[in-house]
Amino acid sequence: MTNKLEKDKKFLIDNLLSGKPVNANIENGLAEFKNDKITVPHIYVGAGTCGLASGADKILKAVETYLKEKNITAVVIETGCIGLCSSEPLLDIQIPGKNRISFEKVTEEKVADIFDKILNIELPDSKILGQFKSSKMLSWENVPFIHEHQFFKKQMRLVLKNCGIVNPVNIEEYIARGGYAPYLQTLRKKSSITVCDEIEKSGLRGRGGGGFLTGKKWKFAAGTESDQKYLICNADEGDPGAFMDRAVIEGDPHRLIEGMAIAAFGIGATKSYVYIRAEYPLAIKRLKIALEQARDYGLLGENIFGTGVNFDIKVKMGAGAFVCGEETALINSIEGKRGMPRPRPPFPAVSGLFGKPTIINNVETLANIPGIMENGYKTFASIGTEKSKGTKVFAMSGKIAFTGLVEVPMGTTIREVLFSISGGIKNNKKFKAVQIGGPSGGCITEENLDIPIDYESIIKAGAMMGSGGLVVMDEETCMVDIAKFFMNFIQSESCGKCIPCREGTKRMLEILEGITKRPSNDNTYSALERVNGVIQLEKLSTVIKETSLCGLGQTAPNPVLSTLKWFRHEYEEHIFDRKCAAGVCTELRIFKIDVNKCTGCTVCAKKCPSGAIIGGKKTPHFIVQDKCISCGACAEACKFDAIEIL
Amino acid sequence: MQIEEILIAHKDSEKDSLIPILQEIQESEGFLSKEAVIRVGKHLDIPTSRIFGVATFYNQFRFEPTGKYHIQICRGTACHVLGSSTVLDVIEKQLKIKAGKTTRDGLFSIEVVACIGACGLAPVICINGEFHAKVTPEKIKQIVETLKNQNS
Amino acid sequence: MNFTIEVNNQKIEAVKGETLLDTLTANGIKVPTLCHMKGMIPTGACRICVVEQKLTGKLITACSYPVEEGMQILTNSPKVTESRKTIVELLLSNHPDDCLYCSRNKNCELQDLAETYHVRERRIRGKKNTHHLDLSSASIVRDPAKCILCARCVRVCDEIMNVNAIDILYRGSKSEIGTTFNKGLNTSSCVNCGQCIMVCPTGALTEKDHFPEILEALAHTNKTVVVQYAPSITVSIAEELGLKAGEDLNGIMNAALRKIGFDYVFDTSFTADLTIMEESAELIHRIVNGGTLPMITSCCPGWVKYAEEFAPEFIPNLSSCKSPQQMMGALVKSHFAEISNLKPEDIYSVSIMPCTAKKFEGQRKEMTQKGISDIDAVLTTREFVKLIQLFGIDMNNIEPQLADSPLGIRSSAGKLFANSGGVMEAAIRTAYFKLNGKEMVNFKIPPLRGTKGCKTAKIQITEKLEIGVAVVSGLSNAEELLKEIKNGRKDIHFIEVMACPGGCISGGGQPINSNEEALKERIKSIYKIDEKEPIKVSHKNPEIIDIYKDFLGEPLSHKSHDLLHTSYAKRDDVIL
Repeated sequence: MTNKLEKDKKFLIDNLLSGKPVNANIENGLAEFKNDKITVPHIYVGAGTCGLASGADKILKAVETYLKEKNITAVVIETGCIGLCSSEPLLDIQIPGKNRISFEKVTEEKVADIFDKILNIELPDSKILGQFKSSKMLSWENVPFIHEHQFFKKQMRLVLKNCGIVNPVNIEEYIARGGYAPYLQTLRKKSSITVCDEIEKSGLRGRGGGGFLTGKKWKFAAGTESDQKYLICNADEGDPGAFMDRAVIEGDPHRLIEGMAIAAFGIGATKSYVYIRAEYPLAIKRLKIALEQARDYGLLGENIFGTGVNFDIKVKMGAGAFVCGEETALINSIEGKRGMPRPRPPFPAVSGLFGKPTIINNVETLANIPGIMENGYKTFASIGTEKSKGTKVFAMSGKIAFTGLVEVPMGTTIREVLFSISGGIKNNKKFKAVQIGGPSGGCITEENLDIPIDYESIIKAGAMMGSGGLVVMDEETCMVDIAKFFMNFIQSESCGKCIPCREGTKRMLEILEGITKRPSNDNTYSALERVNGVIQLEKLSTVIKETSLCGLGQTAPNPVLSTLKWFRHEYEEHIFDRKCAAGVCTELRIFKIDVNKCTGCTVCAKKCPSGAIIGGKKTPHFIVQDKCISCGACAEACKFDAIEIL
Repeated sequence: MQIEEILIAHKDSEKDSLIPILQEIQESEGFLSKEAVIRVGKHLDIPTSRIFGVATFYNQFRFEPTGKYHIQICRGTACHVLGSSTVLDVIEKQLKIKAGKTTRDGLFSIEVVACIGACGLAPVICINGEFHAKVTPEKIKQIVETLKNQNS
Repeated sequence: MNFTIEVNNQKIEAVKGETLLDTLTANGIKVPTLCHMKGMIPTGACRICVVEQKLTGKLITACSYPVEEGMQILTNSPKVTESRKTIVELLLSNHPDDCLYCSRNKNCELQDLAETYHVRERRIRGKKNTHHLDLSSASIVRDPAKCILCARCVRVCDEIMNVNAIDILYRGSKSEIGTTFNKGLNTSSCVNCGQCIMVCPTGALTEKDHFPEILEALAHTNKTVVVQYAPSITVSIAEELGLKAGEDLNGIMNAALRKIGFDYVFDTSFTADLTIMEESAELIHRIVNGGTLPMITSCCPGWVKYAEEFAPEFIPNLSSCKSPQQMMGALVKSHFAEISNLKPEDIYSVSIMPCTAKKFEGQRKEMTQKGISDIDAVLTTREFVKLIQLFGIDMNNIEPQLADSPLGIRSSAGKLFANSGGVMEAAIRTAYFKLNGKEMVNFKIPPLRGTKGCKTAKIQITEKLEIGVAVVSGLSNAEELLKEIKNGRKDIHFIEVMACPGGCISGGGQPINSNEEALKERIKSIYKIDEKEPIKVSHKNPEIIDIYKDFLGEPLSHKSHDLLHTSYAKRDDVIL
């Protein structure tokens, strides 16, 4: 086995060195890595975080038990996430000669049956996602192709190309599918400046939020003289609702490593860091394995393949601070300090990590690089819109039928992403809004669903691309509550360094809390106070946006401004009618006792924490509204269903 | 691993190793003790006030041990939209402690954590590193009961 | 390179490399600041210095933004004013509304800003953070409720003092300045220098108040209340009382102190002279007998605690002499009590110091005799000014008087203790005389004067003996020098260390918000006294000669050791 691995390794390296595309030699014993030519069954289990959370580990155990019991030799591979989280756990089986077939929502009980049938070349009675298309193997009859599945059909998977399909911690497989060839070609044939040039011409823009031209950014650092430069991959994916970076690292870590290696060559950095959230243990584990493999192949280290280029990557774990997604805060965190932003200028490209020129790119940006180098910048530039090139990965979550990751060319409309790809709103509810860009973004409503996805159009619609989390909300979502949720998030994640963000977000949150809560003595005056609060919200927002030190503060008011813009009526309803139509703001509920149903058992009065329920034994009880704090303890306690919510 | 072993492994470390060292100590000890903070300060020649400042800045670091079962509740947007606050409510009521606290018997502790990144399966909770997807109040009650029974 | 920029539609000159704030200040355009500290890297935290870029309408912080050629800036546009006002209001919304009860009332940067930006109503309201007063330190009181988190104290404590007793703790709106584990300041490495108080814009940091105790002692008729004042005090209060900064008010002060009700008024400069007698003898002894060198002064209690915390290996190098305050304290409750027929327990001994660490020093257990503290209360310069005001004393209309004798006459050498380098100059004068039997030709040693953080000189004491001396102020400068010595530097034999940059003249107990000019005037005033007075050396002070003749015998005598010398020991920098 070891001998074979060594042989494979030598072969792959020779191939990489020859400059010939590896694909051409695929027959040469390598097909196995590409899985065109296998001799034993190959079993794939979607074991990204989402898969594991849905029970992939149990499926794995069931598979192993089955194979052992039946004494079957097979290869079991844990893949990353293919992107369709709502169908997890996924179990794919490929038997020699037949197409790989994928089963969704598998349970451990079903495993044995699936294997019994498939190994017998029959279709089991389990939900099939589809089969993978191939030219050399036989298809399963009456099984749709996975690429024709509604969810995948309109996608263009460049960044997610390998995710969920390959073994993420098998460098041979990555190389067999064309990986690391672009890197070596770049090292041997291109100069740093050409690399920066080509990336700039490709039109690739930062996928982390701002959308700055990546190549242009690289040039700032490339053009600064220094004995040491750094590249940092920002994998501190803190936006709640975004998980594409996690999926890329879990599903295809070598793509990121290759992207970083090319980027580092472009800017002249020899040292680099991946700053990754500690909340992503699986991604960290797989990335570390992949790094070891790349070092073993000589793709990282000193004098890489004799080109004289040195480059290595260190993994730094974040310790839980959203603000560390901000470049200068991230730098402070890597330096072992409190993750508080620094004023700019000086920009990190001039003076960053340890005072040296530093380029920070996010995972998706860097994962785009190998593809651009492989297919040429012109190909990349031909995808997308005039100003936004290539594809964008979106993380779909919330009240949507298919949750998961969607990669589409820029320019696709939001409606297409939501309704034709992601299957529309769950449970046939009515669409209300989709939050894009996380806590820094805003919401897109029905009237803007047809805008094409590109940086400028989304900003025009009052939101921002951000990292690409799309959280879908339906009629049962309260937009004031959403604004409060984001404000609460930002408030607790504000680093506290600058005054407008530290004090301002707290005051904004308090105003929102006032709107969604019923004070004990509610009167016209307090309604006026609440209206004043909303006016104050808008004023405070302006100052916070204009004066805050970093991006977190500068965008902190966005969710409030955006919901105020599109859902002012919901605010008014909360303020004047003291009502939450969606029924989310529980503290606004009004409880009433149905005198016909009440038996006077006194349980509710005993449970009431504010002493708002009065009534004698065996006589119907009554709620004193002025005292009620809307906690709902009475309704929970009542055995006679006598307490209703108005 | 003992603190000393961790520090030996970081023998020639610079000041930028502070966070990784604290992470390793917490991983091994469960929390950061005062003694650990002082010891790390001596090792890296960093004032303890700064170490405490750094450690209190990040969500990850604790200064008290957690319960035997450490329940983390995701507070991401998707989880929120799909009812994570109700889930938190239920757990808090069931265990009779607030988030950030440990039960008196030392069995359970609750922590609200930043988005775990499993938004497609919201709401998500994580108990001692094991994820539970699409939890409902009923489901969580059951999980907690099972763990309680295992220990009674 | 110079170029022009446009500010408020007028062209002004700028120098490349400057920040916008430098340029604006140099051109007489005022921009408010809170977190800014001169000569330190800007942090951009408070945002109060925002100015508007005319073309884009964007706000940038003047403190951190470098000037660029052709820049167009508005410093007072409606947007700028509104933003600054809102920032002030946000701070106020989380600030206790108790200005009238605050020791910084009328001397508070936040109050000034609220006034400047015309804050007249509580537009922004909300829950205020709750905090506890930290009264644990002997010298410094922390009131985190009043803290606006500008972090100037943290930076002084780190960058100037290298003490790092405090840092920013927690995050966001829960942020707080505090010690390790957020315990009392007395558990920390704090050396009580009080430089944090000097930079605090509000009343979040103040000295431990000894005012009530003193008032009570003064009212208590059966106590003899004595007072001593440090060399720097007489030149540090003038501007606070509406007089010319730096003016020496020695005589007027003596009279004022008597009016306030102090029974005896002594001059700490007298014991400064005594310190010189003992310390120069100790230095000679160490040189002649091969004792531990370099010898380091120990009259600064901030430095002494620093050595105990951070440089215990240098404790043998510390001079065993007590500080002038403590020598005076010891003499008052021994020699003076004896000749005045007073019981030590019936004497209440007060000192007026430019220093907060002296409050700590006064309560050290080494500084007691038979369980009785040598010093009962210490007032800072600031508290002293308030005392003068409380007693309604008109300093313009008062006849100067002399201090009480004995313990009241000084040489000008003792007075030099106020300035960084002064102890050194005074000690060299006496050591020279002792070894040569004649006075120096020129007393002035120019390289040891001025406000530089580290000053060194070579002094030819006798034909055969040349010694190297160093004068450092600001504890981070001390740390640098100690490092050099640890790494083998051998040419330094005697070091004067003062914790505060510039010495006692800018001590942590001095008036807050004194400008640089006032500091320079104080320094000048001290050297002028030295210039014009006839007795320029400690050993010629007639009272010094008398006290050795009548009471102490000779320097380093048994009695001296009992009363005037002490020893120090290592401390742990954090107490759990």
